[in-house]
Amino acid sequence: MDKVERPLSPHLQVYRPQITSVLSILHRATGLGLSAGLILLVYWLTSLATGTEAYAAAATILAATWIKIGYVVCCFCFFYHLANGLRHLVWDLGYGFEPAQIAFGGWVVVVTAATATLIYSFLAIF
Amino acid sequence: MNLVTPLNRVLGLGSAKDGTEHWWRQRVSAVALAVLGLWLAIAALGLDDWEYATVAAWVRRPTISVLLLISVLTSCYHSQLGVQIVVEDYVHANAVKIATLILSTFLHVSLAVAGAFAVLKLAFGAQA
Repeated sequence: MDKVERPLSPHLQVYRPQITSVLSILHRATGLGLSAGLILLVYWLTSLATGTEAYAAAATILAATWIKIGYVVCCFCFFYHLANGLRHLVWDLGYGFEPAQIAFGGWVVVVTAATATLIYSFLAIF
Repeated sequence: MNLVTPLNRVLGLGSAKDGTEHWWRQRVSAVALAVLGLWLAIAALGLDDWEYATVAAWVRRPTISVLLLISVLTSCYHSQLGVQIVVEDYVHANAVKIATLILSTFLHVSLAVAGAFAVLKLAFGAQA
């Protein structure tokens, strides 16, 4: 049977971006980013277990500029996913569902993640 | 006529056979990772340098080995659960969905085993 292509609800494209939807999408996106980062972490650990030469080779690859940008992205993914994950856990306990609390919590998460990323990147470089 | 046995009605299992289990596993691994992730992030800053000898000696310390092992395995588990939900939500063609889910499972198991093997080899192996 041929499937008729009907438009599906919700029609994301007609919604004005809201803090709730944008942060929810960002939570999934940062989660996927961390999954990608996990591949780098395991690659690095494996090179460490293989020996000095493999570690040096991996260190050269992992020092490439585009990978370094990836570290900052991963760093933001980590702090955002962590902060918003804690927000989710608070919701799971049944708190924070008033519209004002949702918006406030969202901004707390965004500011925390951005600040933590800046501070951590700064500490990691120096 | 209701064909659901009284036991199944009490357990609340529909035709999908589970519902809350995945959710719970995601939350419990999330709580663990909130602690482990922060530990790893802070511990990484504490390393003197990123030379082989320094890092290998650090990973070999029993406490660090154990924490790293738990971190890698829990991360892979939590990632597997998360990617599964994303695929189930956004990939609608059944064949592609199932293929992607199987591929994701293989990848996550490989990452978990490789990461765990690396830590254990460093912890138990002869010093290079």
